[in-house]
Amino acid sequence: MNILWLQSGGCGGCTMSLLCAEDPNVLALLDGAGLEFLWHPTLSEATGAPVRAMLNDIREGRQALDILCVEGSILRGPNGTGRYHMLAGTGRSMLDWLRDLAPRAAHVVAVGTCATYGGVTSAGENPADAVGVQYDGALPGGALLADFRSRGGLPVINVAGCPTHPDWVTETLLMLAAGEMRDDMLDGYARPRFYADHLVHHACPKNEFYEYKASATHLSEMGCMMEHLGCVGTQAVGDCNIRGWNGEGSCTRAGYPCINCTAPEFEEPGHGFAETPKFAGIPVGLPSDMPKAWFMALASLSKAATPPRIARNAVADRITVPPSLKKPKP
Amino acid sequence: MSEAQLLVGPFNRVEGDLEIRLDVEAGLVRAAYVNSPLFRGFERMLVGKAAMDALTITPRICGICSISQSAAAARALAQAAGVMPAPEGEKVAALLHAVENQADHMTHFNLFFMPDFARPDYAGRDWHDRTVARFTAMKGSALHAAMEARARLLHIVGLLGGKWPHTMAIQPGGVTRAPSLRDKLRMQASLRAFRAYLEAEMFGAPLEDFIALDGIAAMEAWQTGDVGLFLEIADELDLAGMGRGAGRYLSYGAYPTAAGPVFARGIWTGDTAGVFDPALIREDLSHAWMLGEAAHPEAGQTLPDEAMRDPGYSWCKAPRLDGLGYETGALARQVVDGQALARALAREGGVRARIVGRLLEIARTQVVMEEMLAAIDPAERFMAEWSPPRDGVGEGLVEAARGALGHWCKIENGRIASWQIIAPTTWNFSPRDAGGVPGPLEAALVGAEVQPGEDTPIAVQHIVRSFDPCMVCTVH
Repeated sequence: MNILWLQSGGCGGCTMSLLCAEDPNVLALLDGAGLEFLWHPTLSEATGAPVRAMLNDIREGRQALDILCVEGSILRGPNGTGRYHMLAGTGRSMLDWLRDLAPRAAHVVAVGTCATYGGVTSAGENPADAVGVQYDGALPGGALLADFRSRGGLPVINVAGCPTHPDWVTETLLMLAAGEMRDDMLDGYARPRFYADHLVHHACPKNEFYEYKASATHLSEMGCMMEHLGCVGTQAVGDCNIRGWNGEGSCTRAGYPCINCTAPEFEEPGHGFAETPKFAGIPVGLPSDMPKAWFMALASLSKAATPPRIARNAVADRITVPPSLKKPKP
Repeated sequence: MSEAQLLVGPFNRVEGDLEIRLDVEAGLVRAAYVNSPLFRGFERMLVGKAAMDALTITPRICGICSISQSAAAARALAQAAGVMPAPEGEKVAALLHAVENQADHMTHFNLFFMPDFARPDYAGRDWHDRTVARFTAMKGSALHAAMEARARLLHIVGLLGGKWPHTMAIQPGGVTRAPSLRDKLRMQASLRAFRAYLEAEMFGAPLEDFIALDGIAAMEAWQTGDVGLFLEIADELDLAGMGRGAGRYLSYGAYPTAAGPVFARGIWTGDTAGVFDPALIREDLSHAWMLGEAAHPEAGQTLPDEAMRDPGYSWCKAPRLDGLGYETGALARQVVDGQALARALAREGGVRARIVGRLLEIARTQVVMEEMLAAIDPAERFMAEWSPPRDGVGEGLVEAARGALGHWCKIENGRIASWQIIAPTTWNFSPRDAGGVPGPLEAALVGAEVQPGEDTPIAVQHIVRSFDPCMVCTVH
């Protein structure tokens, strides 16, 4: 299968992250699965005229296209013209190119939260009038209509994340190459469920602190960051703490909050990214699927039951009290 | 005399989107016009937001210089808040930044720059078969080795910063994770593995031998590794004389320490060192699709001209220092720092000089990272006590892989009243200024050869890529 990869209104970070794929590296992985880039802006040899010819060939049906990957949001500004991003050398906006090329592709994959929902490029006053490929924030219908289906019958596959984990992208492509991707393998925001059915909370190293609501009060402290520091790992989808990033990393492992970067509109949380909004001292956001009354009851109970070890470590920048050891049997 | 105009784009193996218009006469570029065709408007997004939001939003300007953006924003906020980071936290931030710069440099050489010499255009040259084996786009053995070494090097960012790109680990008061002794030893193992890669593949010799080169003759005698292959190609294709710049270099100084930056701050013009005074920066808007007057970034605005009127031809503003354009990047940094070979290459200032400047910096940065890591004391605190700024102004000047990066912020009542950014490629790929003076790349392209029948001239590609442009940063 061939892949055309286009970079639109984004930072290029999802490609940079993709190049961090390991065991095997991304080029070897794609090659092994029979996937090849027709063109990728970071990796391919061709520049300029031959690329323009190839794009025209796809548009006019002379070149078959299996997978169209779009990285970055689609800019509609100024005034609906799309001229805030003219695809270099072509005299046409990326908005126009996308609308021409997407119907030609057997599958369309939006890579990263800019491409899926608009993302950070649509933050604040959204100066460039950025949208996702098939969503405008949480609402279906972006640069392409809500009812768009690619030739293969699927909606735009939304590999959300800011950036995307390299494996989220490669494994999505592997599923397409294997012919195994179906509608029911995408969640309600068209994210692949293989990573979106997990929460960032799963396998978070701060879980013991969470159990007792033993909370960090400042960044760099080890405690749970849900109560004070804006962490929404109990609501955010992603297997970040299960598979790890760049070796053994993740946001919460590095001591800063999950900001829900796999979700539509994460860029406008309505409060500071490292601050928890509260009502009457109680965090407003609840863990996914947790009834409020039970959460309140369990939180107050577990807080009262917090062992001193956990309470002290929560506000330290390293483990100061180790777990007690059982005495050997006599 | 034949005259023609060429429009080159989409221009790949640069970060982001780039379009270049060339006036060609008698087989040579007579004038070049560089267009950064993507406007997202980060400076406008930030206005009105809480000050600390900048630490989440500004790294996302760029997926390849993300930590640089993060470091510049943290420093600007620290200044606005009157905060000094914990010294040990500042060391970790510098190490994170150095790892990103190192990863970017080796990505540039292996994935962006060298594959052009494996093109069929060069078939028949002595070095072509070897270059095809090593550097064919997506397939060459050097590319695969580089990607794997890079991914492992970035484990240091995974450990200290959670992920790359887009970490929130760097804060005004320090960093969010205190590394343990075990972490330090693990990172030292990663650095040793990366040195082994550099010495086996890229340099083919101890890095210290390359750093010790004291002039052009010694450099030209270097034969080992992919560096030797590049120098052989450079010699035959006269990359030394291709794409020469004006010989004016700027560095804000890289990696702060108590004793000053590891790589010095300053300017270099002709043969003379000078002091860099940030007050003398102006962003000229005469040929940008921007409204308003030239201004220092503290007073600057970002008002896109939706009509995209002439004589504007780019979303990029044109920064000038005391009225002059400056080249920035690894070569500039090494020249300003006084490295012997870089100083010898300062006047040459072409494609070869820029690439060797970057290779020199790869070798030196490896040593710098090893020293930075050795100096981190896991027993210390990595975060100072601090509060976000209420009212104040801040300037965050750092060195990204591609050169001088500055953030200027004004905070009022805890909110961002103004946030202006000048990225390295804003300097290097700026359009003309009010005096009609071209930006550094535009000037360097004049005289580039255009072979008969070429619509995307290979010489132009070498020159453009020698700057290692980051177009997403350029306009932001």
